[in-house]
Amino acid sequence: MKPFTIHKGKVAGIDRANIDTDQIIPKQFLKRIERTGFGKFLFYDWRYIDGEKPNPAFELNWPENEGATILVANENFGCGSSREHAPWALQDYGFQAIIAPSFADIFYNNCLKNGLLPIQLAKEDVEYLLRESKKADYELTISLEKQQVYDDHGFARAFAIDPYRKQLLLKGWDEIDLTFVYEPYIAEYERKHCPMP
Amino acid sequence: MKPRTIIDKIWENHVVYREDGKPDLLYIDLHLVHEVTSPQAFEGLRQKGRKVRRPDLTFATMDHNVPTVNRFVIADEVARNQIAALERNCREFSIPLADLYSEEQGIVHVIGPELGLTQPGKTIVCGDSHTSTHGAFGALAFGIGTSEVEHVLATQTLWQHKPKTLQIRIDGKLGEGVAAKDVILAIIGRYGVGVGTGYIIEFTGEVIRNMSMEERMTICNMSIEAGARAGLVSPDETTFAYLRGRKYTPKGEEFEKAVERWRALATDEGAEYDKTIEIDASTIAPMVTWGTNPSMSTSVDGTVPHPEEFASETEQKAVRRALEYMGLKPGTPITEIPVQHVFIGSCTNSRISDLREAAKIVKGKKVAKGVRALVVPGSQQVKKQAEEEGLAQIFIDAGFEWRDSGCSACLGMNPDIIPEGEHCASTSNRNFEGRQGKGARTHLVSPAMAAAAAIYGHFVDVRKLKKEPVH
Repeated sequence: MKPFTIHKGKVAGIDRANIDTDQIIPKQFLKRIERTGFGKFLFYDWRYIDGEKPNPAFELNWPENEGATILVANENFGCGSSREHAPWALQDYGFQAIIAPSFADIFYNNCLKNGLLPIQLAKEDVEYLLRESKKADYELTISLEKQQVYDDHGFARAFAIDPYRKQLLLKGWDEIDLTFVYEPYIAEYERKHCPMP
Repeated sequence: MKPRTIIDKIWENHVVYREDGKPDLLYIDLHLVHEVTSPQAFEGLRQKGRKVRRPDLTFATMDHNVPTVNRFVIADEVARNQIAALERNCREFSIPLADLYSEEQGIVHVIGPELGLTQPGKTIVCGDSHTSTHGAFGALAFGIGTSEVEHVLATQTLWQHKPKTLQIRIDGKLGEGVAAKDVILAIIGRYGVGVGTGYIIEFTGEVIRNMSMEERMTICNMSIEAGARAGLVSPDETTFAYLRGRKYTPKGEEFEKAVERWRALATDEGAEYDKTIEIDASTIAPMVTWGTNPSMSTSVDGTVPHPEEFASETEQKAVRRALEYMGLKPGTPITEIPVQHVFIGSCTNSRISDLREAAKIVKGKKVAKGVRALVVPGSQQVKKQAEEEGLAQIFIDAGFEWRDSGCSACLGMNPDIIPEGEHCASTSNRNFEGRQGKGARTHLVSPAMAAAAAIYGHFVDVRKLKKEPVH
């Protein structure tokens, strides 16, 4: 996993609640067996008209959002299917962090496993960021170490993250390698509860 | 000892390692695998030279991509490759696979219970959000992403924080013609798609106790549509009777011993939940969704709402957008919405009792002109049983298409896609934009409501229809 330490980048906003993973990456792209290359299909049905022409009504196609690396959206972002293709697509498109008032549980987990940082902020802060994101070149800085999101004009908020996940993200560690350290405990559990046939 | 919920009991039984400041390391008893969310996980194992720790606790099938006619001829090359990849991976890592040639093939959440792989007290995961279905048996079952699939393959464990507990208690009696699907749609409609976020739901109360296992599966299946990764029901005699004699359940005396263990899992009298919601069953009517998430629903005798009826600006905006996508005008009676497609299937409602309920409405009638209706049994075993019971013939005589098993038009990864702008009465679980096809307009309903829509070409209150005996 790519480590996440500090990131400064342009902010794009999509002011919708309940953005589901079917919108983030539609089903026709789930047949690929690779982990990369999903960015061009991100928000496919919203982003393109007839699959090729960019839809000017869609936020990510607005000129002020070009090159954005931080996405702000409304409640319950990432609900629905467990497809990890959703964070893969967001990351492949260029996003490094998502800010919303709430996230769906499975999506939130999937982001953390890929070094895409999901940040939960209060609803009024998200509303503020959604308004600010309409300005071209509005940028935020995210420090995972300090658990802070801030801009250059005085906005600064702390965010919560599980300390264990934070360590993994900061170091970019492979979780499976870490779990192998606990192999004796797994073997012991299996001996008691779940022996090999 | 302090009274405990079934959630607490299963959790504690599976803690492999616990340390302050870390999630618990939980043991996984059953890992179900399908073709769509697993290839990158197996590739990850290969790149690092890792093995599957417990192939004996892993079981695979192919369901999302598979055609439901001519199932051996997969025209889409990318889909064919994905299915071939699963076959290769299962062979390489010695994982049992119910492939397209197997009589056991079907939707992963239909075959797990059917084969008796799903059992009370187990921790069950799958790279699919509808894994919550298995909670009907008193198992702790939840969907995971591909990175977690890889982690379970390699270690048979997951690092998890224990979610909070939410009791949804449904007491009283359901009215005639009101199905399990209506109960879960009503819950989501009243409390929203985020009510269960951060929670595991336990469904309790008289209504749940009186339900069959298949009805409980429908309820638990859509826990995720309420935001909860897992939903479950404490096991009881109904659970044990269903499991007796299944392929992978213990046999003879071992089964009786297992039942004793399973019985002890049920939530203790007086156990506390973090949150409780109570619902009076008599207030639930047959439901139809009119929008683009499962909370956007009303009873069949209702009307399409006006955006102004909603409190917040965010909601009003979402409703306006949903109505535009659905091509619906506020104030339109639900029974006046014309339907061009009917899909009876999916891990929510494709089991034998679902097909029986639909057949009772269909028997002796014809599908309305201009309606295309599909029945996709949840598994090859359900298909066989429905054929033996004569249900298949009832559907075929009425003009339904009778298909092989798979996920099919629930998500349209195979060729079963609903065309743009057309309305589909669907027994599946998600009415998201584009879910059944780009521009497709999905209305979630129970199997009986879907069957009635096929016959009349619009939604009909099934409480007013005569049901024919079918078996």
